[in-house]
Amino acid sequence: MTRGMVIVGAGECGARAAVELREAGYAGPVWLIGAERHLPYERPPLSKDAMTVADIPSPKTVLDAERLATLNIRHLANTVVEAIDREAKQVVLSDGTALPYDKLLLATGNVPRRLPGAPHGNRVVYMRSFDDALAIRARLTGGAQVAIIGGGFIGLELAASARKRGASVTLIEVQPRILMRGVPEEVAGVVHAEHAYNGVNIRCGVGIERIDEGGGKVVVALAYGRAITADILIAGVGAVPVTALAESAGLTLDNGIAVDALLRTSDPDIFAAGDCCSFPLAVYGGRRVRLEAWRNAQEQGALAARNMLGANEAHAAVPWFWSDQYGLSLHIAGLADEGRYIARRDLGDDAFILFHIADDGRLVAASGIGPGNAVARDVRLAEMLIAKGARPAVNDLVSPEVKLKSLLAA
Amino acid sequence: MSAWIEACAADDIDEEDVIRFDHDGRTFAIYRSPDDEYFATDGLCTHEKIHLADGLVMDSIIECPKHNGRFNYKTGLAKGAPACVNLRTYPVKVDGGKVLLQIG
Repeated sequence: MTRGMVIVGAGECGARAAVELREAGYAGPVWLIGAERHLPYERPPLSKDAMTVADIPSPKTVLDAERLATLNIRHLANTVVEAIDREAKQVVLSDGTALPYDKLLLATGNVPRRLPGAPHGNRVVYMRSFDDALAIRARLTGGAQVAIIGGGFIGLELAASARKRGASVTLIEVQPRILMRGVPEEVAGVVHAEHAYNGVNIRCGVGIERIDEGGGKVVVALAYGRAITADILIAGVGAVPVTALAESAGLTLDNGIAVDALLRTSDPDIFAAGDCCSFPLAVYGGRRVRLEAWRNAQEQGALAARNMLGANEAHAAVPWFWSDQYGLSLHIAGLADEGRYIARRDLGDDAFILFHIADDGRLVAASGIGPGNAVARDVRLAEMLIAKGARPAVNDLVSPEVKLKSLLAA
Repeated sequence: MSAWIEACAADDIDEEDVIRFDHDGRTFAIYRSPDDEYFATDGLCTHEKIHLADGLVMDSIIECPKHNGRFNYKTGLAKGAPACVNLRTYPVKVDGGKVLLQIG
């Protein structure tokens, strides 16, 4: 069999890499291997539209069969890669087939972190795949009692969707507030208020004693004696990178599969990208991070593909993500914890952006929230300022009449 | 030929910027290029139906505010993933300080 490019993981990242290989002119075999039964599909809608549209949804594909055929990308569904033979440069599939590679990309993503001490019944559920989404959706009927553990994006987006479907929702967060990771308190406060307004019962800073399942219910016993009884418990307590394949192949791990700025693992013929890898973030002096975001998956998939073809292009992007809940949209560029000072710009209609500024005056992050996509453009411009290492004047940042685009030209 | 519809005043749009224009149940995006020409496209991104008028105009490119799909707003051409389907464009003229669209 001719050596080609093998991509393990057919999510957003892997699919993007496969397309980029073709767009960059690669003519050899491209294999895209996914464990799920579906064509590559988009995950962002799973916690949002897929929960609330009237009809049973179908996955929104990233690549349909026609496009796969046009691009001559060979997609293997329902297929698990059992091992990497680095010596022979081949992967071994679950059916025993060996696929030789010239370069290999691991885009294995992550899986939901399991809730410690949770019962193994079918009323404690996790969200990652389209099939998970269908299972959760079936339970979000009007009048259902839903408990959610975890005030991160998955938990909050599902809380909003469950409310839209008429379920009653209690969200439990053991931290003192929701969105502790990566979202400043002022922005998280707006999200919290919106959920409260829409009838979500949010309990922050409460420990969980025990979780029991029985009699068609799941019961979460809280540390101070009260208990939450629900028909379904959704656990959104973070994600764990899928690294078993890399680990058994002896690749270096460090909070995920460790890669360099070119997204190469400790084996130069093997790359990793997206949620499964940690990489040096150039914009913050090489700080090693692992990102769980749609755009990062896209960008790194494309970058890995180019570097598999020898482009030698270092990762330079600024992290960026968004979340939609009710009519609100939150956009964050950069990592807010890099900042020391905060400057606030009010855009009207309750939309605002916090600019996070480092000791040396560099703009390092921007966190915005508002109705619709009111903050999108300015957060995008902030991202470009961050990428440039710009040190904008605080007066300009806080004045909505000063266009951020004009600061970019400065 | 269909009629020209008055959409906005020419100076309602800054240079290298975009505004949303709704008409008769449809939504459009109207652009003013850095070299002071006006263009119009469908208002929603062909990828996920997001309003492009919330996006960023850089030179002759409009970028979707959600998924960063990019289009050349002068030609409607999609510039790559996740935007694969071109945007429909519409003729625009400026007359007496007004921007007019032919949306037929």
